[in-house]
Order: sequence, then structure tokens, then C-alpha cells
Amino acid sequence: MALNKEQMLDLYRQMRTIREFEETVAKFFSQGQIPGFVHLYIGEEAVATGVCANLEKQDYIASTHRGHGHGIARGASINKMMAEIFGKIDGECKGKGGSMHIADVELGFLGANGIVGAGMPLATGAAFAAKYMKTNGVAICFFGDAASNRGTFHESLNMASIQKLPVIFVNENNMYGISMSQERHQNITDIADRAGSYGMPSMVVDGNDVMAVYEAAEEAVKRARAGGGPVLIECKTYRHHGHFEGDPCVYRSDEEVNAWKAKDPLPRFTNRLQEMNMATEAEINQIDTEVKKVIADAVEFAQNSPVPTLDELTSDVYCA
Amino acid sequence: MAEMTYSQAINEALEEEMHRDEKVYILGEDVGAFGGCFGVTTGLLEKFGGERVLDAPISETAIMGSAVGAAVAGLRPVPEIMFADFVGVCLDELINQAAKMHYMFGGKAKVPLTLRMACGAGLGAAAQHSQSLEAMMCHVPGLKVVMPATAADAKGLLKSAIRDDNPVVFLEHKALYGVIGEVPDGEYMIPLGKADIKREGKDVTILAYSMMLHKALGSAETLALDGIEAEVIDPRTLVPFDKETLYKSIEKTGRLVIVHEAVKQGGFGGEIAAMVAEECFDFLDAPIKRVAAPFTPIPFAANLEAAYIPDEAKIIAAVKSFF
Repeated sequence: MALNKEQMLDLYRQMRTIREFEETVAKFFSQGQIPGFVHLYIGEEAVATGVCANLEKQDYIASTHRGHGHGIARGASINKMMAEIFGKIDGECKGKGGSMHIADVELGFLGANGIVGAGMPLATGAAFAAKYMKTNGVAICFFGDAASNRGTFHESLNMASIQKLPVIFVNENNMYGISMSQERHQNITDIADRAGSYGMPSMVVDGNDVMAVYEAAEEAVKRARAGGGPVLIECKTYRHHGHFEGDPCVYRSDEEVNAWKAKDPLPRFTNRLQEMNMATEAEINQIDTEVKKVIADAVEFAQNSPVPTLDELTSDVYCA
Repeated sequence: MAEMTYSQAINEALEEEMHRDEKVYILGEDVGAFGGCFGVTTGLLEKFGGERVLDAPISETAIMGSAVGAAVAGLRPVPEIMFADFVGVCLDELINQAAKMHYMFGGKAKVPLTLRMACGAGLGAAAQHSQSLEAMMCHVPGLKVVMPATAADAKGLLKSAIRDDNPVVFLEHKALYGVIGEVPDGEYMIPLGKADIKREGKDVTILAYSMMLHKALGSAETLALDGIEAEVIDPRTLVPFDKETLYKSIEKTGRLVIVHEAVKQGGFGGEIAAMVAEECFDFLDAPIKRVAAPFTPIPFAANLEAAYIPDEAKIIAAVKSFF
């Protein structure tokens, strides 16, 4: 389905928001204002954006430890996400989850996850619930190349395929599992090849081309909603930063990093928009300015928010 | 009142809750047409159909994990892991996902699932099919842990567990499945976190659960012949634990013996003993005793297995050491 100008600019705004958010988190993390660990999505924005642009209110996504981009693309509050990362009471999770456990279940964001590969069974279950309750919903599971080696991958794809569930497994192949390059951690290049083992269709797309991701996801979502069962979409992409902020990245060459930065999804898309006469440089700059303000406001919101009160330590262990 | 086996009581609880709430469903290995490896889910597939009673492939990770995802998305799953010993295959899904989501997400998600597992020794199933692993579950904040000893308790507690909005681990002793008990008619529910005084007495408190509850009651009969009246308390729920009932009993008797089939070292009895020593010390007239299995895997040879499982003789000896 062709997108109009407004929709195209929305895709750009979404990617720019993720980029600006992550670069801001990097900055404050390096200043020691953010506790714990952060795993940034810089470079992969087209995947979350292209996929989530196809989703409706009743749909679910399951995310990873690199989940800020997924949350933003699903529509989570920028302010509350920033506050959560800062560990404040006004965060999405009252400061009790942090970067790796940000979630907004009501928005269909089943959460970032600190356990690699944990999202696949969760998304399979959410898809089961959608089918059971006839909500017409789908579930998306984002997961990495290294995560595809976990048992959760095999059990989830197998179960989703025999139960014919409306779940789309979106593999973000950024070629590394921390320091292990893909050629060292698996004997295949295209993770999509594994889908055949479960009788499941698959697609391989350029994960740095937001339109390609959008179109692939559109097809998969449509198929799943119509009862066609699960699909595996492999998005080839790359993370500009290390696995975590502070990662010395000794396992990647500068040549490789620069080669991928040259394929940065954001300038690729803005160039395309301008070539297609869908947007002017001024319009793009306007979006950039607006996004900067949104992020700056989020930082102010986060910094002004208080830390959780001590009673929050012992609350929410159980539901009443 | 009706007489039925522990297994039938569980079956009734499942059937009643599935009738009451269409969001309740069952997922496990061989639970459908086969009726479950112990026959507990017999007849449910015929009554509710294949969309609500699902046979799963051998995929404990996906069984448990999909139950968590479905629960967060609004259903009330009752997944089954055939033997408690298999929980290792899905520990992440239980302890890192199910148990923690409500807290990590700031109270905004709930995981209303009930995980059923068969535990316990005595059938010669040996090391990897006989364990009582409740101590591990009790160590994870966010989980509730229930271990019924009788048919009535099994029915009443399972119904409450299914209606509870928290993840509940429901441990059924496999050697109890055939044991008949009286179950009240009608809508019968037992609240979680409430112990039951199964026998009143004044001389010693015996706290025992699951299969050991029956050994404790048998021991109490024998002790009575020697003039020792034991009060037998069945906690029924381990987490949350009913301290009040136990402490009131200790106040009365001054002596405590804890009995569980699980290994003594690191067992839940140690937690109970420490709790009592910290909070109830003034009422103790003697040190706390624990009767539990030795620190070994469960052996296969019948005579070794019999030596492994705590028996009435060991319970009686522990009590008599006070007098």
C-alpha cells in the first residue's frame, strides 16, 4: 500500500525520535546520570519503525534488551520512557524496571527484556490470546541473530506454526551477539533459512530501508490477521554503538562500522523523500527541530521527577 | 459431601473453573485426548474442545513462556509441566518472566496463571522424576506456592489459585492422586495463605505438608497411644505462609517438628524453623526439629527409596526426643 506524504514524514519523525532519544541517553549515561546498563538502538531505527507502523491498537510487541526503539515505535510515552531510564517515580514502571524492563502493556508493549530470547514465547502466547479471544490482533517479536540460537526460538516457532498463530518473528540481524560475530555463532548467513524447518514462510529485507521493512511487515501482518499463521522476517541491519554503552568494541573494525554508517537509515530515507519530491529539506529540518524539543522536554521531565519513595521497594510484588 | 480421589478433585476444580470463566484454558503434554499422564485431565477435552484443552509438543519453555504471554494479554492459563523435575527447562519463564513482570512493570501487568506440576517420590520413578522442589519456588518473590495434601484441599485451593491474579505454582504429589477423600459439595474454595489444623493436640506441634501430612497424622495416632497428643498443622500454602496459625500452636505446645519430603538441606523447613526461632522463640521449650530427606538424589532401588523418604518412625523418634 502506497503511503502518502504525511505517513512518510511520520516514518521519518519516528526514526528521528528514536535516534535523538538514544543519542541523548548516551550523553547522559556518559555523564553518570543513568544507573545500570543501556543498550542503544542507534542504526536500527528503520526496523522498529517500519514494523510498528503496521500495527493497530489490539496488537502486541515483545522486545529485547535493546528495546527503547521498539517502545517508542509502539507509541510509548517519551517522557515516561526517559524517566524510567533515569530511575524515577514518573517512569513507565515507577523506576522499578529500568532500561531493560520498560513496558506498557496497555499499549501492547509487552516489555523490553533482560533475558536474550525470552520474548519469543511471550509473543507466541500473546498471539495465542489474540486468536483465542478473536481480537483480530497480531503479535510481533523482535529478536537478534544471536537470540535465534536459543531454545526459545525453536520451541516458539514450532509451537506458533503448529497452532497457526498470528505472530510475526522479526529478526534484527545486526551480525553480532555482544562480541561474537554471526559467522562464529551460527553456520548460516540467513536466519530466514531456519523458518523452513518449521514449515513457516520467511522474508529477508534490507533492515536499513524503512520502506522495505514497512512493506514486508505489511504483507506479513495482513497474512497473519487473515489466519495465515506465523512469518519470520529477517532484517539485515547494524548497531552503530557497542552492545552496551561503554563497550570497547574491540571485536569490530572501523572499516566495517563506517561501511554500515554509510547506509544509515535516516539519511537514506531523507534523500529518498527529497528525490521523490515528498519532502523538502526545510520540512525535514523542521521535524528535526520539533523532535529535539520533544526529547529535551523528556529529559527535563525525567530530571525533575523524584526518585521512587521507599515503600515502592516492597509494593507490586503481588497483585492484590 | 462426596468421596473422590485427589485426582478427581483436581479434575472437578478445573472443570468448574473452565465453565465459570471462558478465559481459563489448559496447555500441557498429553493433557488432551490422553487425559494427562496421571489421568488428571480426563474428559476435559471432550467437554471443552481442543481450543481450550491443548496438547503441547515437548516444549516446556514454550508451554510456560506462552502461558506468561497469554496471561499478560488477558487470559488465565493453567499450564501443566508433567513432572516438577522438568521445571529446569522453563525456569527462566517462571522465575524471570512470570514472577517478576508485575513488579518490574510498576504494577501495570498481571500474570494470572496457575502452573500445575506433579512432584514426589515413592513410585520408583527415581532421581529425575521424583523431586519435591518447592524450596526453589518459595525463594522467588512474585510466585505463590501451594501444596495440597487432601482431595478437598486440592479442589478448594486449585479453584482459588486459578482465580488469583498472581502466578501460582500448584504442586500435586503423584502418590496422592489415587487417595480418596471427602470433598464438600457445591462451590468449595479455600483461600490461599491459610493453614489447616488437621489434628488438635497440646504436647507438640507437627507442621507437615503434601504426602508428609498423612505420615504426620499416622504418627500422631501412634504417639497418642503413648500419651503424647500431637497437633498436626498443614500449611497448605507455602507462599504466602500462615504464620499466625503456626505461632498460636507453638504458644500452646512449646515444641515444633517440621516434616517435608524434600531434601532437608536448603529445604523450606529451614525457612520455617528460622522464622519461628526469630519470631516465636519465647514460646519454644525445646530446639526445633526437622524430619526431611537426606542430601542425596532419589535412588531407584526400592529399599533405598524407602530409606530416603521420611517415614512415621522418623517422625515419632523426633517427637519422642523431646520427652
